[in-house]
Amino acid sequence: MYQYDKYDQQMVDTRVAEFRDQVERRLAGELTEDQFKPLRLMNGLYLQLHAYMLRVAIPYGTLNSKQMRMLGHIARKYDRDYGHFTTRQNIQYNWIKLEDAPDILADLASVEMHAIQTSGNCIRNISSDQYAGAAADEIADPRPWAEILRQWSSFHPEFSYLPRKFKIAVIASDDDRAAMRLHDIGIQLVHKDGELGAKFYVGGGMGRTPMIAPEIRDFVPADELISYAEACLRVYNRYGRRDNKYKARIKILVHELGKEEYTRQVEEEFAHMKTLGLNPPVEELARITQYFADPAFDTGASDDLDLSDPDFKLWVDQNTVAHKQPGYAIATISLKPKGGIPGDASSAQIDLMADLAEQYSFDEMRVTHSQNIVLPHVKKSDLYALWQKLDEADLAPANLHLITDSIACPGLDYCSLANARSIPLAQKISERFADLGRQRELGELKLKISGCINACGHHHAGHIGILGVDRKGTENYQLLLGGSAAEDTSLAKITGPGFDEDGVIDAIETVTDLYLKERQEDERFIDTYRRVGMAAFKEAIYG
Amino acid sequence: MVEAIRFRDDDVHEEPAVSLDAFLDQSNATAVRIEAGEDARLLLPLLDRLALIEVDFPVFGDGRGYSAAQILREAGYKGELRASGDVLVDQIAYMRRCGFDAFAPDAPIDARVMDKALELYEEVYQGTTDSRTPIWKRRHG
Repeated sequence: MYQYDKYDQQMVDTRVAEFRDQVERRLAGELTEDQFKPLRLMNGLYLQLHAYMLRVAIPYGTLNSKQMRMLGHIARKYDRDYGHFTTRQNIQYNWIKLEDAPDILADLASVEMHAIQTSGNCIRNISSDQYAGAAADEIADPRPWAEILRQWSSFHPEFSYLPRKFKIAVIASDDDRAAMRLHDIGIQLVHKDGELGAKFYVGGGMGRTPMIAPEIRDFVPADELISYAEACLRVYNRYGRRDNKYKARIKILVHELGKEEYTRQVEEEFAHMKTLGLNPPVEELARITQYFADPAFDTGASDDLDLSDPDFKLWVDQNTVAHKQPGYAIATISLKPKGGIPGDASSAQIDLMADLAEQYSFDEMRVTHSQNIVLPHVKKSDLYALWQKLDEADLAPANLHLITDSIACPGLDYCSLANARSIPLAQKISERFADLGRQRELGELKLKISGCINACGHHHAGHIGILGVDRKGTENYQLLLGGSAAEDTSLAKITGPGFDEDGVIDAIETVTDLYLKERQEDERFIDTYRRVGMAAFKEAIYG
Repeated sequence: MVEAIRFRDDDVHEEPAVSLDAFLDQSNATAVRIEAGEDARLLLPLLDRLALIEVDFPVFGDGRGYSAAQILREAGYKGELRASGDVLVDQIAYMRRCGFDAFAPDAPIDARVMDKALELYEEVYQGTTDSRTPIWKRRHG
């Protein structure tokens, strides 16, 4: 994986010094909270319901054991002994003291990490496919491109006060595991005449007004990537709406202008941008790509696997996928135990995952947008030993992509924007559907829960989505069906009137019962829903 | 604390800035002020007539002025480029990177804090109109 050179290190070290000075000025009363707010937000520090929350960037979700251990250390030393992995492949700490924040950033910088631009109306951490570099179906590793974009977007002077936050994802397979078209810019690496380049989708997003990004250019060559991205951003920075926070994302601009007009303006800007010398040479992409070379795989590793232990077999079936290298597998550690909080991990679990990555996965891990951890390169002959160690630490739920592998936002337990709690609902659902046999019978079923219309829990993209709202002072949950964040991207629709907490869980059971009754052959829930349509499900729920 | 900041050696331009509409209508003005929503590109055919362009920031979070400045400098404008309005000390470094060389903040700025902020980052990741060498160029000579 990427390693900082002296320049990268100097940039994060300087940021630590800068923020330390800003915190001192705040604590000394030289800065008001209003003046301090934009500064702390550029460093991922939010003031939440009960305390400061610090969001740490995990660029494109990739990290090594040393970095993971530092995340455990921060949880132990500065927080309440746990961290929360997020839907943008980052980690958040919920109980941070302002005066500790500079020391935390210094600890992070010592392992080549930071919290730069993890909040604020700027270009956020670049996300990617959690199987990058290991997937059998990718045409290239997308992470060098994501790293080029990370460096370009860091401290970008023109694009740090955008109308609204800005999220970019880069993938390199036809299977989309990163919800690419639900980003402000989604990039898919593609080949054209033997050359690797970027296909651009612009204007996707969730939030109050979910939109699927349209394709605006089928190919941008590597040595024009930055000038094209600059063109996309400049048109947005100049013409994105600033009169209404809820209409300020680029998806609204693209929608209001129309894809053709937005594209025309970008192309005009691009023609000009290309002449300005903004693009790193291909040698820079090559330099970065070297760091993502394959680890030293054992080329004689066997594909044989002893599956005589039935619990192990369940985990292998559900939580591992094909690796590009024979004899290896990609293994996902589910952070969704029965009754647990999706994405939470204790410092002990974080340390253990670091140890296991070091021992079994060439020192590498990935955070997924569905709030799990991936060990990307595990030799099949090591899988049993790995699984046993995970199982001892409650890290081996065999529920990847099943109904209890849900996404949930922090909700009203932490978040100052939320209208309803998400976490207790996710916990109750995971109790109700705890039986693994039943979950497997239901098959792939993406359940996503948001505690308000801002949609941090991706409810629009859930096969089943839940949206928490405030209804005359009580928490109320709306049920949505039919969303997808994968390559068949679609937006879920609301079934009808909302429910209380137990009521919405009952409604989910009604919906899944109908699916079991209606499904044909090996249809997934989403396939049956698309075939049968909303009306039948509505009828079952509301009578 | 300072109320006007200038990083230029030439004399301060005395003529008051006129609005963009007024400037486009009259041929003899040499200073113009553009508001956040106005299109800086309208000035491009007329840059050689201008000695001062003032770009207003109604609130610090309105970043349109950064793009306006870049567009003017990319087109070769060499005169004074002044940021006015809600300009805060912690933004001046980015404004300098986008080509501003003068500042008229609504609230006075602590020059000591500003000088420190401007010297802080030795390197930059991206090319802008300030002509500093981006890190990728240093890496590849």
